[in-house]
Amino acid sequence: MLCCLYIRKKSNLKVHIIEKANIKRSGCLAAGVNALNAYITEGHKPEDYVEYAKKDGDKIVREDLLLSMSQNLNEVTHELERLGLVILKDENGKYVSRGWRNIKINGENIKPILAKAATTSKNVSVLNHVNITDLKTSNVNGETFVTGAVGFNVNENIAYDFNAQVVLMATGGAAGIYRPNNPGFSRHKMWYSPFNTGAGFAMGLRAGAEMTTFEMRFIALRCKDTIAPTGTIAQGVGAHQLNSNGEVYEQKYGLTTSERLYGTVSENLAGRGPCYLGTKGISEQTQTDLYKAYLNMAPSQTLKWLEADNGPSVQNVEICGTEPYIVGGHTASGYWIDNNRRTTVKGLYATGDVAGGCPQKYVTGALAEALIAADDIANVFSSKISGENLEATVAVSDLEENSASFIKSYINYFDNPESAFSIQDLEEAMQKIMDEYAGGITQHYQFNHASLEIAKTKIKELQVLSKKLKANNTRDLLHIAELNERLDVAIALIAHLDARHETRWHSFAENKDYPEKSSEWECYVNSKLENGEIKIIKRDLVRLGDSYEH
Amino acid sequence: MSIKIDTSLCIGCGKCVEACPGNLLTLTGEKNKPGTKAQILIKEDCWGCCSCLKECPKHAISFFLGADMGGRGSVTHYAKERGLVIWTITKTDGSEEKIVIDPKNANKY
Repeated sequence: MLCCLYIRKKSNLKVHIIEKANIKRSGCLAAGVNALNAYITEGHKPEDYVEYAKKDGDKIVREDLLLSMSQNLNEVTHELERLGLVILKDENGKYVSRGWRNIKINGENIKPILAKAATTSKNVSVLNHVNITDLKTSNVNGETFVTGAVGFNVNENIAYDFNAQVVLMATGGAAGIYRPNNPGFSRHKMWYSPFNTGAGFAMGLRAGAEMTTFEMRFIALRCKDTIAPTGTIAQGVGAHQLNSNGEVYEQKYGLTTSERLYGTVSENLAGRGPCYLGTKGISEQTQTDLYKAYLNMAPSQTLKWLEADNGPSVQNVEICGTEPYIVGGHTASGYWIDNNRRTTVKGLYATGDVAGGCPQKYVTGALAEALIAADDIANVFSSKISGENLEATVAVSDLEENSASFIKSYINYFDNPESAFSIQDLEEAMQKIMDEYAGGITQHYQFNHASLEIAKTKIKELQVLSKKLKANNTRDLLHIAELNERLDVAIALIAHLDARHETRWHSFAENKDYPEKSSEWECYVNSKLENGEIKIIKRDLVRLGDSYEH
Repeated sequence: MSIKIDTSLCIGCGKCVEACPGNLLTLTGEKNKPGTKAQILIKEDCWGCCSCLKECPKHAISFFLGADMGGRGSVTHYAKERGLVIWTITKTDGSEEKIVIDPKNANKY
């Protein structure tokens, strides 16, 4: 949404936001956000942030992308404040930080704030409840250009065919590929939005875009059952990770994001679980403040404390790892992009959780990427330099043929006879396969080549079965599209996990055939979908000072 | 975890349907017509974000935890009064706990 605002400031281009739900509360920030975790505080510089993210990702990051993102973090933060976000300030009017790169906010209404700014912008139109399923592309002189997108209304039998000179993909990452922490009634109580299905990755793969680093899965360390954030307690209150013997174990395993998780997994495996954040003894006032902080981002946790009559001042908070997710905002999975956030498909941009190579971007980093992409889009269209112009010459008949085949695929699902399985049956089957054979929770996130081979075969079988599903209405069609997206992402993910012959990030990619880290794998693992198969491409690291062009 | 819609309070305005990030809610009839109520299609698909609670002008929607995540039957309501947010947790014995948040204040942690 912020991209539109920046485009509007710099050009008079017409922008359409197409959203699966409603931009007011869609995506991973629906409930709110507890802090802005990427901000360059006084005394620090953007290069410090690059260094932090590089260390956390153990070198497999794009330093060029991290630097351009970090240089724009503060500008987008100030824009958020101008739009109405409450940011905590000290008596001198300076932001109050939590550590050197986090600032304290009231982020409950961050989505409505952005939505209001977008909907009241000139030249911006918003189409809510339209689910985009595919990108339209055209091949011109051996290069793939994006020409628009197709989708359908989730409430009515209306299909949409959009023509566009530029498409910016900001669908978010993928949840729901693996069996979740609470597989029964509370199956959607997960870290990431269960409605973020990896649609952007799937559309990109199908359109021939190159992807990177899917194997760096993100697994969050969370409060048990509620899957609520732990950072608020760990960083805010200074609580340490304790095992059931009361020993602080975090130093033993290291303090990167994956090491904190791996430590918890290892303590459990060694019989010293359950693990906790040591909050016992915090003051009543601190406890009340925590209740409020959680209501502003994860209301389940406050309700759980109050229901149990046991707040964090009298009981330590049990922690666990979540199921794995594929996201570019915390880890580095996503589209392979250049520094302007252009993907390898001409005219297609990617920002936020779908954009790879640039981890630890969080909310402000995602917005910074939107700013960078908006700048480029505005420049390209105002400069009109030939060769830089993204407008492809595409015959109208080509476009029509392109969209007709996608829309026909929607109709096929309505025309299918009753299927032997429900959409939910196949989703559960996918989650079980990924859990058991591709390193899910029950396998302590571990896998090997033999297990991944089984996962691949079984997911491919589900891809055949999913084509036979029956849609009785557009909600069914939505759920079928979501299943297909997850299956496509799963296949690419399996190939990535199998390709990296080392264990660089414990738990995130715990390859038991190669339990050690290897300098040979100081490279990116990229992929493309070619003729129905995932092709793996190894690429050299892009370091600070290097420039990368497609 | 999921939500409950009190049909005696629901006026069928459709604001919750519009806001749900999962497209999980629908109306039983035409918007704002007598007898029209909001309903959740698949209660297990709720993420627990509480967006619908915040939209509802009649406070007809409450939020609860499933037994599989430690729920014991309490429900939570959301209201906004004179600029303040009031979360009310009602336990099974009828006792209530209110937490008042001033949205103008940032989180302390």
